[in-house]
Formats: sequence, structure tokens, C-alpha cells
Amino acid sequence: MSMNPFCEIAVEEALRIKEAGRASEVVVVSMGGEQCVETIRTGLAMGADRGLHVITQDSSSLFPLAVAKLLQALVSSEQPRLLLLGKQAIDDDCNQTGQMVAGLLGWPQATFASKVSISDDKESVCVEREVDGGIETIQLQLPAVVTADLRLNTPRYATLPNIMKAKKKSIQRVTPEELNVVIGSDLEVLEVTEPPKRKAGVMVASVDELLDKLKNEARVF
Amino acid sequence: MARVLLRRGSNALAARSISGAGARLEWRARRFCSDGVQERESMDYDVVIVGAGPAGLAAAIRLKQLCDREKRELSVCVVEKGAEVGSHILSGNVFEPRSLTELFPDWKKQGAPVEIPVSEDKFWLLSSKHAIPLPSPFRNHGNYVISLSQLVRWLGTKAEELGVEIYPGFSASEVLYDDNRVVGIATNDMGIAKNGCKKSTFQKGMELRGRLTLLAEGCRGYLSEEVIRKYQLRKQSGAQHQTYALGIKEVWEVEESKHRPGFVLHTVGWPLNTKTYGGSFLYHMANRQVAVGLVVALDYQNPYLSPYEEYQRFKQHPSIRPMLEGGKVVQYGARTLNEGGFQSIPKTVFPGGALIGCSAGFVNVPKIKGAHTAMKSGLLAAETAFEQLSKGSEPAKLDSYWERLQNSWIWDELNAARNIRPAFHYGLLPGLAVSAFEHYISKGKLPYTLKHGRPDHLSTEVSKKHKPIDYPKPDGVISFDLLTSLYRSNTNHEHDQPSHLLLRDPSIPEKVNLIDYAGLESRYCPARVYEYIPDENEKLTLQINAQNCLHCKACDIKDPPQNIKWTTPEGAGGPGYSIM
Repeated sequence: MSMNPFCEIAVEEALRIKEAGRASEVVVVSMGGEQCVETIRTGLAMGADRGLHVITQDSSSLFPLAVAKLLQALVSSEQPRLLLLGKQAIDDDCNQTGQMVAGLLGWPQATFASKVSISDDKESVCVEREVDGGIETIQLQLPAVVTADLRLNTPRYATLPNIMKAKKKSIQRVTPEELNVVIGSDLEVLEVTEPPKRKAGVMVASVDELLDKLKNEARVF
Repeated sequence: MARVLLRRGSNALAARSISGAGARLEWRARRFCSDGVQERESMDYDVVIVGAGPAGLAAAIRLKQLCDREKRELSVCVVEKGAEVGSHILSGNVFEPRSLTELFPDWKKQGAPVEIPVSEDKFWLLSSKHAIPLPSPFRNHGNYVISLSQLVRWLGTKAEELGVEIYPGFSASEVLYDDNRVVGIATNDMGIAKNGCKKSTFQKGMELRGRLTLLAEGCRGYLSEEVIRKYQLRKQSGAQHQTYALGIKEVWEVEESKHRPGFVLHTVGWPLNTKTYGGSFLYHMANRQVAVGLVVALDYQNPYLSPYEEYQRFKQHPSIRPMLEGGKVVQYGARTLNEGGFQSIPKTVFPGGALIGCSAGFVNVPKIKGAHTAMKSGLLAAETAFEQLSKGSEPAKLDSYWERLQNSWIWDELNAARNIRPAFHYGLLPGLAVSAFEHYISKGKLPYTLKHGRPDHLSTEVSKKHKPIDYPKPDGVISFDLLTSLYRSNTNHEHDQPSHLLLRDPSIPEKVNLIDYAGLESRYCPARVYEYIPDENEKLTLQINAQNCLHCKACDIKDPPQNIKWTTPEGAGGPGYSIM
């Protein structure tokens, strides 16, 4: 399984924060079945210090609220100062987990981050967010939740020696029961349909016919 | 096209010709993309294996099994250019489990994805409208319909359980030599931009040094071809050149009512003409999935032929179409395979290592099976390697692997089948006649050996001698346009990297391929990598869409002036096959 691209960017940012001396440890968390182990190992190979695997029977029942609750439980035991997530997963495109866990924890949040700077005293973080109107810069007290957007950084390749070293790093396994979290299926997928297939193009004989079709069939104007 | 010579000290030490459509590097310069010679890190192993396919993994597993049995320790490393083990594996596949049983006698209990026994074995001669059943020349009783990609993924997990270190996502791009002996391989530099400059993510390649190196790259392996040339391995064994075919394949999911698990069909004849060797296959796997494809030998003469379009046409045959109607395509892909058989086997041993699997070429063409012989060759090489490394004599030699091969059932099988494929050089009917004779009567025992015709790249005739083929347009239901199919291969590459398809002389495509052969690469490539596009002056120029590449190697094989060289792109690029 390959890592969700936005999560990879979040891991990269965490590593850069640690390399800048603003953090002492980077822990990568993944939730789901056995394939998560490979994803965690990729994070470890990039340079994270240890991994946490929340094992669930099948990943399909893990909707954002469940993930947020599990993260909330992990945060209370791990006590991190910064929670970095990808802004959304490319399989469900929810864009909810970061926001929900911030709400559950009562922590400040900065989503769609394109730049993250931890203050010298490590008490606050300054984040530039990409919004429709441009770039919004906000400052948050730590601990905080930040979700990563595409332009935050370009993740490093995991080198072969690091992949080998990653095999020795520890991955702690924990179940939702041990965290006292009940995973409910609060969402039910009713239907998934493919986008309509592209229809064949229609050749028009004149500009008038084109205008007619645009107006009456495609309803462009 | 402007020729730009770059200043010394900049990041690419090469003359480049830059066309509007993209830069093409003079191929020798590829090695020197980074400024200065940065030291490469290196790691040592007892055995380094290139390619996590059936042969490579069988060898790795056998080595570790022998270590367990004899209480020895050997470090074994497998590098694989695909993003995952199995990503680049594509095959029919009707599997003869003989070698799997040698590797894991209890493979069934261990849950190997080999579950659907062959239940029906049909063989048809097609005309454009009819299908004439012929007696099946295959004896598939006891064989299974499988997805080789799935089996290889399973082998990968078994190998890791035994302690083999497998590194997918790393391309072995260089053989390391020390005084004429192969001492390992080096992986690609990663993070180089299209223009040759280092990006912020630049990572120097790594050296993986082995006391022994096994090359298991599959058909037309990049490093294998270099080693065959360097040590003149074909000359050493008195072998002829290798001949090839291109296989185009889809996996369909069909309606429950149409699914007959274990159904195996092969056809010859239409849509290929009597001068073009090839045929189709259609195998029913588990889960309502059907593997279907067309194999076209690459010694075809008509430069207007498109194996992809022939395959799309084939699916519309009145006897084939109903089998697929109502279903949908799940995956698409293409790969070349060896057809040279016995006559083309090079010496498989060189100082410091050996060739195993299709890198050497053990496909039994009449049986259309090569996975079982590939795995067996891996087993033999592993057994030899274990013996030699345990002895501790340096440098370790694999010479007795060559002898073991010749004493094995691989040799007997390929020898018995040796005259069948070359007979088709004389046409379809003579080919079928000789095949029948050899298959049912002489079984290769008569003391004659037919030779292969000209190499594939010399077999194409000039376009003047042929007419363009008017292929039917895709209907979007049974047949599809190439880019739609390509999407189903999950292929991708990091786009900002130098093109891995190199031209020895960048002017040859427009001077030779376009004029004499009507730009044939734009027709045989199953991934639309090669396109002739008009430039600002309305002149047709070659555009190389390297990002589309399926790693099939057809261009490396078929290009008449042998101007195109396939090299390894950055690791983890290429197709993403899971049930091919």
C-alpha cells in the first residue's frame, strides 16, 4: 500500500521540524488492517522514530469520526505538541479528520497548510493556509492540529539504507478496545457510481447549428 | 531543433538536441547527470538478485530454505523496479505447478493463489467469421489458471518470511565490475529533473555488492542484455539470436452466467495473416475474471501492423465477442516474451553471476509456458550458489549451474519443442503441419534443428511494400481506444525525470523510421509512447511520452535501426499490475 500523498507531505513536514531542532520525536500513526504496517514502515524509512498501528478488522469501517476518536485517545497517552495530518485521503476525499480531532481535543487547527513555522520558544506555530482568496497566515498556540496541503513541501525519497534501518524501528500495535473507543458505522455508503461515460462528439455542419446545440442541448447560455 | 552545448560544470555534461516536444539526451551522457562523481554508499550481500519475479523469488526462497536446512547464514537481497512485488508481472497464465511443488511441496496448504484447475482446453482456427475447432495440442490436465502477478506477490511474502530482503521501488541501472568480474549492481540516482539537474529530493543511487549476482529481469532485461553482450554469452553457447513476441492482455470481469472457471481457449489464424505468427488466449480465472489477450511475434513484416489494434479487432470475432459482452475490463497491460527457445539460450553463467528466468530465455513456446522453467532455473542457480558460497572459496563460481541446467528437465522440454516455432517461418500452414508432426510423432528426437530467420528488427519490410491497415474504430464496449486501455494499466512515472527511452542518434527517427517504415513505433508500442507530431513548421517529429511506458521492451527489440534503447527509469514507476 502506498502512503496517501497528503500524509506523505505531513510526514515530511514533521521530519523537517525535527531536523530544525523544534521537535524531539516523530511518531507515525496508521489505522486499519495489516497493510498499514507497510505504510508505517515507509514513514519510518523516511526518518520517523517509531510507529503506532491501530489494528481494526477492516479499514472500510473507519470513517473520519472514528479515526478522530482514535486519535483523540492516542493523543491523551502520547501527549504530542503537534498533530500533523494530510488534508484528506485520496480514496474518500473527506477532508474531515483533522478538523474533527481538533474539535474533540479542543485544540486550535490550521488546515490546508502551505507553510508551517514553529516559534523559537516552541509555544506557538505560524501557519500559512491556502484559501480561495489567497494566503491566510494564522498563529496558533501549541498543542495544535495542522493539516497539510500539496504545496507544503516535496517529500523525500526513502533511501535503501533507511528502509533497512526502518525494519529495526518499533511499531506498537493497539486495538480500539484498548483505547476505549467504540467504532460505530455512523455513515452508510448507499451507492457508488462512475461518472457518466464521455459520449461521442457530434459533428456540426455550421456555426448556427453549433449555437443551437450549445443553447438548447448543452444549455451553456 | 536547436543544438545546445552546455558549459562544463553545469549539471548535464552532454550535447542535447532540444525539440519543442521535449529534450532527448545523447544516450551515453545519461550516466553523468550529476555534477562531480559523488561517492555512492554501498552494501554487501552474499547474493544480490535483480528482479522479484518467479525466477528471482524462487532463487531467493531456495537459498534461504537451504540456509535453514544446513544451518548456515547467507544474506540475500532482491531489488525490484516495480512499486510493489508483482506490479510489473504480466502473463497469460496457465500454470504448470511442477516447480512450485519443488519449492513448496505443501503450497496448497500454505494458501498459494493457485486454485482453479484447467477444466476445458479448446483450440480454434479462426477465419474472419468462423471458428473451427481443432484438436488441442496442449495437455493442460493438472495445470491451473492463475494470475502470475498474484502468485508472485504470494512468493514475495513467503520470501520475506524466510528473511529475504526485498526492495521494491528501486531500479538496478548499472552492473558493477571489478577486473572483468560482476560484483553487484547499482540503483538509479533518484530526483533528477527532466533537464538533468538535481532536484531538492535528489538521492544518489546505491551499490549493492554481492559475492554472487543473479539477473532475473525477465524478457530483454536491461542489465542482462549488457552482460550477454559483454561476455559474448550467445557466442559461448553457440546460440542464435533471441526472437520475441509482444503480448497484449486484458483481465475482464464477466457476468456470472458466462463464467466457466478453468476454461482455457487458444486460437490461431484471424486476425493475423498467414505470414504473421501469433495467436490469442482466453482463460477463465476465479472471481468471474477472464484473462484474454493476443500474442504477436515481433518478426512481422508489415510496418503498418499494430498489435494493439489486432487485439481489439480479435475481440469482435463472432465467437469471441459473446464471451465478453456484458462484462467490464479491470486491467490492461502488455509485455514482450521470448520465442527463441532452445536455439537461443545463451551461456547462462558469467564471472560473478548468472542469468535466470526469461533473462536467459526458457519459454516453451508450443506449450506457451515459461513460468515453470523460470522458477526451475532459479532453483538450480540457488542450489549451485549455496554450494559455492558454503565452500567459502573466493571468488565463487556458478559454472556448475550451466551444467545442471543442461541435465535438467528444462533442457529436455525445450529440446523436444525446438523445431516448432521456427517452422512457422515458412508460413502458418507449414508451421501447423510441422508442429503436428513434431508434437505427435517425432517429439524433437529427429536429428535436425530448424534455425530462426532474421532477427526481429531486421524482419520489418519498408512501408512502400505495404498498405496501411484500416483498423475498425473502438466501440467502447468490447474494444477501446489505447489511452482508455492505458489508464487501466495503472502506469505512471514521476514526470519530471529524464526520458528513460534513449536514442543513439536523435535524427534517425525522422530520417529512417518515418520515411522508410512509416513511423512503425507509433503503431507497435502498446502505450502510445511514440508519436509523430507536426512541429511549428508542420514537419512531423517524434515525441516520446516516456511517462506512459509499460516496460514491455518492444521498442528495444523491434526498432529497425536499433536506435531506441530502453533504460531503467526511476524506481517505482511503470505499470501497477495486480491480477495480470
